[in-house]
Amino acid sequence: MEIQTFEPRTLLDPTGEQTPGHRELSARLDGVGGRTIALLDISKARGDVYLDELARLLEARGAAVELFRKPTFTKNAPIDLRHEIASKAHAVVEALAD
Amino acid sequence: MFGRRLVAGLGQLDGRRTWSIYRYGSRMSEAATPRPTPALSDGWVAIVKRDCPTCTLVVPALRRLSEASEGTLTIYTQDDPAFPEGLAPVTDADLFVSWRLQVETVPTLLRVTDGLERDRLVGWDADAWAALTGVAGIGDGLPPHRPGCGSKTLDPGMPERLAVRYDGERLRSRRAELASLEDDIEACYDRGWSDGLPVVPPTPERVLRMLAGTTRAPDEIVTIVPPDFNECTVEKVAINAVMAGCLPEYLPVVLAAVEAACNETFNMHGLLCTTMPHAPVIVVNGPIAKAIGMNGGGNVLGQGNRANSTIGRALQLVVRNVGGGKPGGIDRATHGQPGKVGLCFAEDEDGSPWEPLSVTRGIEPGRSAVTLFAGEGPRVVVDQLSRRPESLARSLADALLTVGSAKAVIAFDAMLVVGPEHARVFRDAGWTRDRLVAELNTMTTRPGSAVVRGAGDCDEGMPEGFAGAPAVPKFRPGGLMIVHAGGTAGLFSAIMGSWAAGEIGSAPVTMGVN
Repeated sequence: MEIQTFEPRTLLDPTGEQTPGHRELSARLDGVGGRTIALLDISKARGDVYLDELARLLEARGAAVELFRKPTFTKNAPIDLRHEIASKAHAVVEALAD
Repeated sequence: MFGRRLVAGLGQLDGRRTWSIYRYGSRMSEAATPRPTPALSDGWVAIVKRDCPTCTLVVPALRRLSEASEGTLTIYTQDDPAFPEGLAPVTDADLFVSWRLQVETVPTLLRVTDGLERDRLVGWDADAWAALTGVAGIGDGLPPHRPGCGSKTLDPGMPERLAVRYDGERLRSRRAELASLEDDIEACYDRGWSDGLPVVPPTPERVLRMLAGTTRAPDEIVTIVPPDFNECTVEKVAINAVMAGCLPEYLPVVLAAVEAACNETFNMHGLLCTTMPHAPVIVVNGPIAKAIGMNGGGNVLGQGNRANSTIGRALQLVVRNVGGGKPGGIDRATHGQPGKVGLCFAEDEDGSPWEPLSVTRGIEPGRSAVTLFAGEGPRVVVDQLSRRPESLARSLADALLTVGSAKAVIAFDAMLVVGPEHARVFRDAGWTRDRLVAELNTMTTRPGSAVVRGAGDCDEGMPEGFAGAPAVPKFRPGGLMIVHAGGTAGLFSAIMGSWAAGEIGSAPVTMGVN
């Protein structure tokens, strides 16, 4: 796999900054059938066990499952990972705890 | 004006050797805002790099200066930390010292007393080095002069990176981080920052470069922008000016326009909210119009000139982004008009038979100014036959009568943009601007019976109380503004009617450009 490195790019917010910088929550799904669900492993112990089981259950209900893992649970997911999830999946389930 | 000359001169020195000598004071006094500078020890400071043949050439001179000055020579080296050998160089690999001292050429030699730079030599000139240092024979064995080389601070892309690294803390705006695969222009659309056209992504580098266009501090509050009444800093104006496509030298005009628009008299809030199509029209007067290449000639109200096209857009983006004024939200225009993207032009002062509009409106001659008018889209008045001023004025008056509605009186102002071929008729007849305004006001004054509701089989019109009035002027006093602009061919003028005029709506505002 080709590895590319990019300099982080930032833009300065041109607004009056009266609204939160983060996006609002998307509308909730009315079902998972036919949808792509991302499962995010945050690299904590046994998170994969939980997510594998969840993937089996989701696929049984007609969902397509995409698995993602972030490098460490101690930091936010890298923005590229967030962007990839957002562009590939209709919803994401994150296994948060041990 | 453009204090950050490193940025302003970006790239011009790349790859070219330069040589110049100048004294501290003339150029450094341009610095925009006081910035922390490296602590300089009294004595001599030299900035060099091994990659520069002139720097390697002058090593003997530096050695003589070091000996003669009893160790008060500090040499900062931009590349090889060991260069020049034996003279205890200090590395400036991060270019902090070079950047702060605004070094453009190496070698650069400074004389420092009381921690301040007093003299500066750039490149190698044996006589100048001897005269400044007082070291006889400092140039023995060396050629009389050699140009220096470009400082590493001017390597391609370096000024932008250094500006962000060392001046980035001046920027207070929230950062939006982009994913590596995210298109930056699409990211601006996604965040709702665009007026519908692509915007230039406001990176810190671009915003810092834009801020070089003003001596005002980035955190200075320019005004409060409606409809959300948010404080608008110089930095926010600069960000939106970047997005609009402005060059740094346009920024003073944009700042003045933003301030004028948010003036209570101009009433940007109401102008934004109205269902009518009007928007700020910016007329620029004075030397800055020419200095930044604005168009007051052919196609003056059209496309094709960067300053004209982007200054007005920058104001509109400030209203949209800082003020929160967006179509469908607070902006409730029924139709709108193309000028709402931005409408800005220069008056053609050189070809005008009259004094500049700004002077007529109280600005001293020779000072740059913006005049804001709450205007609709322009339309042409064709008169290709009149050669008498009375006849031509009649054509213009007939067209002016229809501003707002044919029966509306006092309610709407108008801006009349007189083209050069029409202006010639008035010039030849000796009509001043005041005379033309007076004649037009006379010609557009009608009996009340002509403008009341129901007259001419039209229900629109003025209340019945006007019916008995013998003379009702079309425009309120001062409601007719005349500008000279346009191409030299074409017996045309243009008219822009205003939004609700005066106290009830908006009155034009003229403000000096600083």
